[in-house]
Amino acid sequence: MQNTIYQKLWSQKIILSVIFLLLLLAPFFLSDFRLNLLGKFLAFAILAIGLDLLWGYTGVLSLGHGIFFGLGAYCMAMYLKLEANAGGLPDFMAWSGMSELPLIWLPFQYPIIAIALGIIIPAVVAFFLGYLTFRNRISGVYFTILSQALVLVVVTLFVGSQNLTGGTSGLTNFETLFGFSVNAASTQTAIYLITVLVLGVVFISCRKLVKGRFGRVLEGIRDGENRMRFLGYNPSSYKTFIYTLSAAIAGIAGMLFVLQVGIISPTMIGIIPSIEMVLWVALGGRGTIIGPVIGAVFVNAAKTGFSESYPEYWTYFLGLLFVLVVVFLPKGLTGLLDKWKDRRKKQDARDSVEVEKSYS
Amino acid sequence: MVFIIKEVKGSRIYVLLPFLMRKGLFGLNEIIITLFNGLSLGSILLVIALGLAITFGLMNVINMAHGELIMVGAYITYVIQNIFMDYAPAAYFDLYFIISIPIAMLVAAGIGMLLEVSLIRHLYKRPLDSLLATWGVGLVLQQLARSIFGAPNVGVKSPSFLSGGLSVGSITLPYSRLFILALSIICLISIFYYFYRTASGRRVRAVMQNRQMAECLGVSTRKVDMLTFAIGSGFAGVAGCALTLLGAIGPTIGTSYIIDAFMVVVVGGVGALFGAVAGALGIGIFNTIFEFFTNATIGKVLIFLLIIAFLQWRPSGLVTSRSRSLD
Amino acid sequence: MRKQKQLLFLIMLGLMAVFVMACSAADNAANADEPADDAENSEEDSGEDASNSEEESDTIKVGVLHSLSGTMAISETSVQQAELLAIKEINENGGVLGKQLEPVVEDGASDWPTFAEKAKKLLQQDEVATIFGGWTSASRKAMLPVVEENNGLLFYPVQYEGMEDSPNIFYTGAAPNQQIVPAVNWLLENRGDSFFLLGSDYVFPRTANAAIRAQLDAEGAELVGEEYTPLGHTDYNTVIAKIKSENPDVIFNTLNGDSNVAFFKQLNDAGITSEDITVLSVSVAEEEIKGIGADVIEGHLTSWNYYQTTDTPENEEFVANYKAEYGEDSVTADPIEAGYFGVYLWAKAVEEAGTTDVDAVKEAAKGITFDAPNGTVKIDGDNQHVYKTVRIGEVQSDGMISELWHSDEAIKPDPYLEEYDWAKELSDSLAE
Repeated sequence: MQNTIYQKLWSQKIILSVIFLLLLLAPFFLSDFRLNLLGKFLAFAILAIGLDLLWGYTGVLSLGHGIFFGLGAYCMAMYLKLEANAGGLPDFMAWSGMSELPLIWLPFQYPIIAIALGIIIPAVVAFFLGYLTFRNRISGVYFTILSQALVLVVVTLFVGSQNLTGGTSGLTNFETLFGFSVNAASTQTAIYLITVLVLGVVFISCRKLVKGRFGRVLEGIRDGENRMRFLGYNPSSYKTFIYTLSAAIAGIAGMLFVLQVGIISPTMIGIIPSIEMVLWVALGGRGTIIGPVIGAVFVNAAKTGFSESYPEYWTYFLGLLFVLVVVFLPKGLTGLLDKWKDRRKKQDARDSVEVEKSYS
Repeated sequence: MVFIIKEVKGSRIYVLLPFLMRKGLFGLNEIIITLFNGLSLGSILLVIALGLAITFGLMNVINMAHGELIMVGAYITYVIQNIFMDYAPAAYFDLYFIISIPIAMLVAAGIGMLLEVSLIRHLYKRPLDSLLATWGVGLVLQQLARSIFGAPNVGVKSPSFLSGGLSVGSITLPYSRLFILALSIICLISIFYYFYRTASGRRVRAVMQNRQMAECLGVSTRKVDMLTFAIGSGFAGVAGCALTLLGAIGPTIGTSYIIDAFMVVVVGGVGALFGAVAGALGIGIFNTIFEFFTNATIGKVLIFLLIIAFLQWRPSGLVTSRSRSLD
Repeated sequence: MRKQKQLLFLIMLGLMAVFVMACSAADNAANADEPADDAENSEEDSGEDASNSEEESDTIKVGVLHSLSGTMAISETSVQQAELLAIKEINENGGVLGKQLEPVVEDGASDWPTFAEKAKKLLQQDEVATIFGGWTSASRKAMLPVVEENNGLLFYPVQYEGMEDSPNIFYTGAAPNQQIVPAVNWLLENRGDSFFLLGSDYVFPRTANAAIRAQLDAEGAELVGEEYTPLGHTDYNTVIAKIKSENPDVIFNTLNGDSNVAFFKQLNDAGITSEDITVLSVSVAEEEIKGIGADVIEGHLTSWNYYQTTDTPENEEFVANYKAEYGEDSVTADPIEAGYFGVYLWAKAVEEAGTTDVDAVKEAAKGITFDAPNGTVKIDGDNQHVYKTVRIGEVQSDGMISELWHSDEAIKPDPYLEEYDWAKELSDSLAE
């Protein structure tokens, strides 16, 4: 017995390292454009891991992760925009009649502060919201709808304050990052590699987090919050922590997204993208760490593939895909894998029984 | 003490109370108009949310395709209008609207039933999954509308008896708004009557309140589920029909209303029809007042912040059904 | 052993994801024999790419990038159809440089980052000679860095707020001085001088209204109110109440999309007709009127460069062809026409240049003219906008727009409003 468990861990580690290596080597066999796409999907995968911590492990469904993603992305974009304008006012501010840089833009002149804020701001927003809602024991569907209301508030504000955020057009037209041209192939490859590394770090640390005692508490909260409360745990502080953590991860994903796509706009943080993020997790398989990664890459690859091949009909495919997976594969693609494994196990058990019989 | 920032002639003028005095300490007319507009917006929200209050409130199914069922209702109205335009004598043209209300209801209910049989029934124990699956359904329905009717908006001509308005003193109350107000009241009364005064409605409530007990007493819960979902969807069709009086009819009509509808149900309290009424009117009136004093963008932000704050205070909505059960 | 198989499956999955993206990358032969999910098209692509590099292919690829899904599909699908019609007509007449045009259609999905992604795909992967696409300013701004970075070409067919002249974009819609400025002048002369500005809350209305404010100030006219509503706003009761209490002569309407339907229906319900207050819209054309209902908007004004009723022989032919292709019920409108003649302008410039090379085409395009349905259009060499005739029109009961006034000649495009003294502050602040 002991042996097989070690074997399992061992081989899983190998598999993951192989995938990781493949991703690191991707620049050698993918075109710039495809590499860029893959990088974008991996940024989404980072977000999906964070979302899964919240949903898959703790049982809190947030339809508002778009805003945390967006906050991180905007922080990065503000820095890039300022650097592109070399200290001058961004163009949209000039149209809106601003004469000098508004106060909240000032810290974003410095890249280190911008990156730090890209993690801190989403985390702080999530902390306050989470602290209030979870303390008041708003849970389940109510929290889900509440997070949607929050998305509407933030998107409306971002669109409405055009002089600060660029309105619907968002922020785009970046030039340099730390003095390197953002759009140059070499910079993009470097950003891609950073994305892969960040994904690796987030993956491993989240895995550590949920495999231990902490993860058990989270699952306990998911399956029976009140029982955990009676056992002396404080579910709301656990939930707040996970919510904050996943918002910070979403912020990181947002920053990596902006660097690779070169634009952030309110359409990327609204209701629809926020729901799509949840779908990545659902499709990949919630309650596992590898599931969201597979889901995010798979859904987005499918979306890109479908829409390139059948631009008129791809929404049919996508819609049907969601329906079929949710109804027939409640545990997502990884669930399919488990099922297959179980069947093999039974098959093997039967085989061995037959073998024994034949011996006797 | 509200700060209002208004841009006039290029310069920003910060106006505190004077603005409120000029526009705010208004005459009787403004009060009546604002109240009427709030009431009217509330009634629109109510019509949209009634169906949802049934499917989401009673059955705990988060039907994201509800908006697309509204779209179905709107397109049905358009189709019937075209049929009337081509075949009916001009004198009877206005009747199309009256006829399309029940037809829209039936078609939407039919689609809802289909949805329930094929999809929703697999998901009763997983409300959040129903959200995701129906989202996919919504995508498909939207694209279907685009394939059938084309991507551009289609036009529905309001019937002549609903154009113009009722003049009271110096103010005009549009007939279309009055009609929707009346429609929402009729819908509400019929739902109330159905659920509380008919045998079939009682069965529905029995199943929703205690499924096993109802089963033991010989109620076919499968049938009741199907019927309830169909009724909820049917009211979405009615809402779609009513919305043709006010706005655009296109494939994405549903997405612009669905969130508002959910807010109404959540604020009102899931599972309470009366809550939905209070939620709709409250949101409608507050939204109108906010918008009147600020602008549409800030008004929208304020109303949603208010909802978030409200839910902190009443975590499960205005009207809650208390129970001692845990988990 | 079982475990190994399961993990093998995982590897396969990871590989598949990589291959899905790699499959149409022509630069790797190893991937070419690994047909993945999104097969057909990409396989075709890679095949053609390969032949492209070896010998001159007999088609020229052009990108067509509009939103076919999402909220903007309402407007953009018609423009896409017009562009495809123009491509088809050109092909029937022998193509460009003796080669057939091959449209590569992509869906921008009403999502600006998607526009950037698809533009990148069209330029890098399909190596299209030009892109025809975009509607919203946001989608153009998203594509702008991509076309500039890859030195591609974009033909953008919609009127917009100006303040831009990218060397890689041709703007076939109206600049503000070809639509908004003359409309305000005309209104001041004919309809009164108290204005109410109503717009959706985004870049075009905000910028356009900033210019209008300056212009009204210079002309000594009165601005009684200015309101913005979120995109997709559906309840205009409160705005109408505000309009009523201000009682302006003219409402200058820069609302976008669906909001127009709600606004006009509710304005009509509130008992305000075109006789009480004139509404002049700059984003409402024949296509939108169909959705609003002609009875509701009848008598209100619009300002464009083209109407379906515009009386030129070219237009007669264009309308007939468009209807033959897309049905008797379909209507043509300004952006549709701008998309249509944009394709012809590009084709003509390519013929002139003798190549599809972007720099050569840009050089050849300077001053090129074409007899478009709205009259003769000419590309301005300085800012790559188009000389166009301004037309103010009134909506008729049949949903058509009849022209009330048109400018004497095609007006020179002036995206930064440099010709106008009152706009000096505005354009100066941008020049910095």
